[in-house]
Amino acid sequence: MNKVSKSPWLLHYDASSCNGCDIEVLDCLTPKYDIERFGIINTGDPFQADILLITGGINSQTERVVRQLYSQMPEPKVVVAVGICACTGGVFKECYNIKGGIDTVIPVDVYVPGCAARPESIIDGVVRALKVLDAKQAALKDSGR
Amino acid sequence: MIRIILVLAYLLLAPFLGALLDGLDRIISARMQRRRGPSLFQPFYDLGKLFSKELITVNNVQLLLNMSYLVILMIAGAMLFAGADLLMVLFILSTADMFLIMAASSDSSPYANMGASREMLQMMAYEPLTLLVAVGFYLTTGSFHVGDIINAPVSAVVFMPGLLVGFMFTAAIKFRKSPFDLSTSHHAHQEMVKGLTTEMSGMTLAIMNIAEYYEKILLFGIFCLFFVNSTWWSWVAAIVVCGVIFFMETLWDNVSARVKWKTLLYSCWVVTLVAGGVNILILMLDK
Ligand code: SF4
Repeated sequence: MNKVSKSPWLLHYDASSCNGCDIEVLDCLTPKYDIERFGIINTGDPFQADILLITGGINSQTERVVRQLYSQMPEPKVVVAVGICACTGGVFKECYNIKGGIDTVIPVDVYVPGCAARPESIIDGVVRALKVLDAKQAALKDSGR
Repeated sequence: MIRIILVLAYLLLAPFLGALLDGLDRIISARMQRRRGPSLFQPFYDLGKLFSKELITVNNVQLLLNMSYLVILMIAGAMLFAGADLLMVLFILSTADMFLIMAASSDSSPYANMGASREMLQMMAYEPLTLLVAVGFYLTTGSFHVGDIINAPVSAVVFMPGLLVGFMFTAAIKFRKSPFDLSTSHHAHQEMVKGLTTEMSGMTLAIMNIAEYYEKILLFGIFCLFFVNSTWWSWVAAIVVCGVIFFMETLWDNVSARVKWKTLLYSCWVVTLVAGGVNILILMLDK
């Protein structure tokens, strides 16, 4: 009952991506991939989101924003890092303003590699994130919150 | 007796019916865009999830104000289904909306505040026509009472087709459909994050959604008033017409883009004046 995974709402944030991955994220909403069939809505509002989908590595300007977005999301929540930049920093890793992957700032639950990550693998990543989401919800219930 | 049953049925079933219509709406929209779309019961899953999420309260009045929005809408709907005064129902309906506006402007998010002021603007756009509809019912049936209106020998729509067209036009605002979804949108069409509901999450948002379901059924109830008369088959006709109106609103939502607030205000007032005003004028001269 009341499984979070039945209605996961997405928040998509571009931490410092080259926009390649962002376009692929938006591709998932098109008729061909149609992520709404899983009940997924791309909401844009951290207060209402369950999954934080981040593309691109963390730089000194977006670090604060990512922290804030994550802290505004109500539990249970999961983070999906989309694209190799978001996973490790990718080709931008050595740049002077790049801190590295998303996990240098907030905990990441699912890593989706690829440059750019393909829509199929993004959907796979989100579906994998749903299992994590359910596990987190169960854990929250057990701890009596 | 029948009135008590109707009121109870409204209070108990309206959220379920509203949620089902919402699910249907999402499927129809998806099919219009050649997508598969979510399950019919998606709104129930959404509500279940929202209730199970951690409660983040931005202040200590928002939840209370949203509850008031819900309760006052329930009262307005119950009065309509009890056959009470239509004018009163419409006034209570606007009061309920005021609570939603207060809930949105109680937090500090600029997006929510912008949504609140746009919601107020929307009220200005549809309110004149809603009042004209009530006056139209009075002129055709000689009473503001819903109980009298539904027992008229001929359907009210015969005398007030212009008002029906106007009401269909402005109902898009109430249903939060494109092109009039300025304050917050029913689907995930983002412009200013989520507008009115930006800082609502979990239970607070769920309560607001349930209230919107009550409102949806209430509006369809008013649509029915146009068609129902003393014969039994008029009820069937009314429900069929409501289905058609529902489909047309969904279609309109999918083929139009959001307008600017000035266009909203002017177009609603022009429709009110032309379709509503002329209709009322003819009724007044006729009587
Ligand atoms: S992974 Fe590739 S496509 Fe994606 S943001 Fe990095 S460089 Fe761009």
